[in-house]
Amino acid sequence: MSERIGVYVCHCGTNIAGRVDIDEVVEFAKGLDAVTLVREYKFMCSDPGQSLIQKDIEDGLINRVVVASCSPLMHEKTFRNVCTRGGLNEYLFTMANIREQCSWVHVDVERTTDKAKGLIEAAVRRTRLQEPLTKREVPINPRTLVIGGGIAGIQAALDLAEAGKKVVLVEKEPSIGGHMAKFDKTFPTLDCSACILTPKMVSVGQHENIELMSWSEVEDIGGYVGNFNVTVRKKTRYVDADLCNGCGACWEKCPGTRVPRKGNVHEKLSIGPTTSIYIPFMQAVPAIPVIDADTCIRFKNGKCGICAEVCERNAINYDMEDELIEFEVGSIIIATGFQTFDPTPIKRYGYGKLDNVLTAIEFEIMNCASGSTGGNIRMADGSEPKSIGIVHCVGSRDKHYHEYCSRVCCMYALKYSHLIKEKIDAEVYEFYIDLRCFGKGYEEFYDRLLGEDVRFVRGKVAEITEVPIEEAEKGKLVVEVEDTLVGKVRRIPLDMVVLCTGLEAHESLADIAGLCSVSIGKDGFIIEKHPKLGPVATTTDGVFIAGACQSPKDIPDTVAQASAASSAVLSMITREKIEIESATASVDEDKCSGCKICNSLCPYLAIKYDEEKGVSVVNEALCKGCGTCAAGCPSNAISAKHFEDRQIFAEIEGILSA
Amino acid sequence: MTFEPKIVGFLCNWCSYTGADLAGTARIKYAPNIRSIRVMCSGRIEPTFIMKALYEGADGVLIAGCHPGDCHYQEGNYKALRRHRLLKRILHEYGVEPERVRLEWVAASEGERFAKIVDEFTDQIRELGPLGIKDSLAEAMKDDIDPHEADKEESGVANEA
Repeated sequence: MSERIGVYVCHCGTNIAGRVDIDEVVEFAKGLDAVTLVREYKFMCSDPGQSLIQKDIEDGLINRVVVASCSPLMHEKTFRNVCTRGGLNEYLFTMANIREQCSWVHVDVERTTDKAKGLIEAAVRRTRLQEPLTKREVPINPRTLVIGGGIAGIQAALDLAEAGKKVVLVEKEPSIGGHMAKFDKTFPTLDCSACILTPKMVSVGQHENIELMSWSEVEDIGGYVGNFNVTVRKKTRYVDADLCNGCGACWEKCPGTRVPRKGNVHEKLSIGPTTSIYIPFMQAVPAIPVIDADTCIRFKNGKCGICAEVCERNAINYDMEDELIEFEVGSIIIATGFQTFDPTPIKRYGYGKLDNVLTAIEFEIMNCASGSTGGNIRMADGSEPKSIGIVHCVGSRDKHYHEYCSRVCCMYALKYSHLIKEKIDAEVYEFYIDLRCFGKGYEEFYDRLLGEDVRFVRGKVAEITEVPIEEAEKGKLVVEVEDTLVGKVRRIPLDMVVLCTGLEAHESLADIAGLCSVSIGKDGFIIEKHPKLGPVATTTDGVFIAGACQSPKDIPDTVAQASAASSAVLSMITREKIEIESATASVDEDKCSGCKICNSLCPYLAIKYDEEKGVSVVNEALCKGCGTCAAGCPSNAISAKHFEDRQIFAEIEGILSA
Repeated sequence: MTFEPKIVGFLCNWCSYTGADLAGTARIKYAPNIRSIRVMCSGRIEPTFIMKALYEGADGVLIAGCHPGDCHYQEGNYKALRRHRLLKRILHEYGVEPERVRLEWVAASEGERFAKIVDEFTDQIRELGPLGIKDSLAEAMKDDIDPHEADKEESGVANEA
């Protein structure tokens, strides 16, 4: 069947017609090979414009379509749909972008018109060589893998489970709960973290649609959207989860300890039992203990065994080993959260060297009612501090460490001030650069703090030292800071300093991202599909993100994103099938020399070498159609469908002819 | 009359083509000398595309892809970079100044940068003058560029065109 191309030139009101001589372009297009009709219209994308094309296809006048109008990124889908409605394969259509990259950016009418001609000729020549491609659909496994059991993972898993969908929730710690389980109060409402989190954790543990794999890590992910194969390593607990009833006899009697025996108050900070067999905190889900083999006396010298003796259900098993579990899911939600910045490298802040310089997480645990200090704020020697400094932006908004703002520190710092005032009424200094209280109720919280006798000092802390200059500084920590509002350097003696350490990407995130084929940005967090319009999707179909693995986030934003991710998964599952890229690569087996160069070029591992045939084979379900294999093939055996060499060559010839 | 060079652009769909569109949306004016071809990824761009463009009458070729680390296909832009470096090494053997082929990273948000690059590059090529060795280039590249010619003849397309 010979090619009969219809060329449709859009005026786009005056957007194109104002700069491009439409009549001249139409006359030009009429003279091109294989063009059987040329039409012009004010707005090709309008209903009448679309009908023009559809009717010509239906009347059998044309069997290929070129629309010269705006960018394909704007209306390619629109006109592809027109072709489909008219009964023409949508891949027999091309758009010539004579607006965004022509009439809108050039001034001279003659030269702009010439360029439009070139772009149209390129489209026409390419269209002649285009081939119909069939849309491919793959079924979607309705089960979802959620990686990470912090508040993001919990929310996402519950949303999906409530909708009746199966979820596997993998958490690397012995219990779900994440960072939120370590907090006492949450800003700005000051509601008790455990009170709002625990019910959700319990629901996860009890939900019939959620399979919880705690103390487990994702080891491998293969497959593609709708059909991922997952391997999870279930780390050994040395406790049989089926037998254990969480009575607690083991950790009450355990003589081992995970904290330094002679450590001070700060070194012994913990929210759960500090024994070698332990649950991370009392509300743990599942409430099944884990033996820490590094500190367990039994594992050190084989002499203990008390936990096994006291366990009435014989759940302790010292010979237990890691288990590898394989299963299939259709979608993945990454919700691995964050870790806090380690301030040790900032030597001038003295963390790790000076007693009573704490990180935010340590201070958080100290405030936790179920923690080792019973929620009391204490110095390393156990006494109550009379004055506390809170240093903002440690590790964030700092070119040496992380350039970004961690978004939560200002608010938790204000929360600390409030808690200190409430609990011990000590003197409190907040050393800040800017106060960023942007969320709902945040500014109001700051306003409230202004009335609570907190001293705000605007300036970045230069140094924290215990070397006194004056009498009053003896035995104190001295914070040296330039007070930029007063315009002078101040030295403020304090009993305790809390470093508001920023949030950073978790150290395991790069590995998880690698397993899921998603990209990491230069800040270490996962890059979302679109910074504004695709915040929960990634560039890999079927992989979604929630919470602080995308960027630092507070709890409300994390929960919102988790629900958004689960709803994106749900809308995919509900369709039952998903359309995947048709413009994939394919190998001409007669030409392939079996050199395997393409195998390593493919970022999606979509090309495998077939040992029997001695050629490389493309797995079309994995192929995203980037075409890098086609460009790299030394035998010219791979063609990138819809972007074949001959099509691009024709485009080059056309673009340069007019 | 001043010499107006012909420049062919190869732009990746996700960053650079979108960036070029943004220049349009923002009505940033730049030289009309460039005419662009969209590919899904800069990693798709073969050195033969560039040679073909020069052979068909282009005086300069601009390749643009996502910034390092931003590739929609993870690492296609690195492949484009490596191929570009190799190509630059052999260009002068064909008598083509390596400056006629330029690789740039243009993000989807960099409409202004795209326009600036095009203007700069156009000036640069204008200064270099026309690629005056097209006939000899054609002769020299005949064997290199024509592997594809063979494909065309097989499918019977070359004759129709």
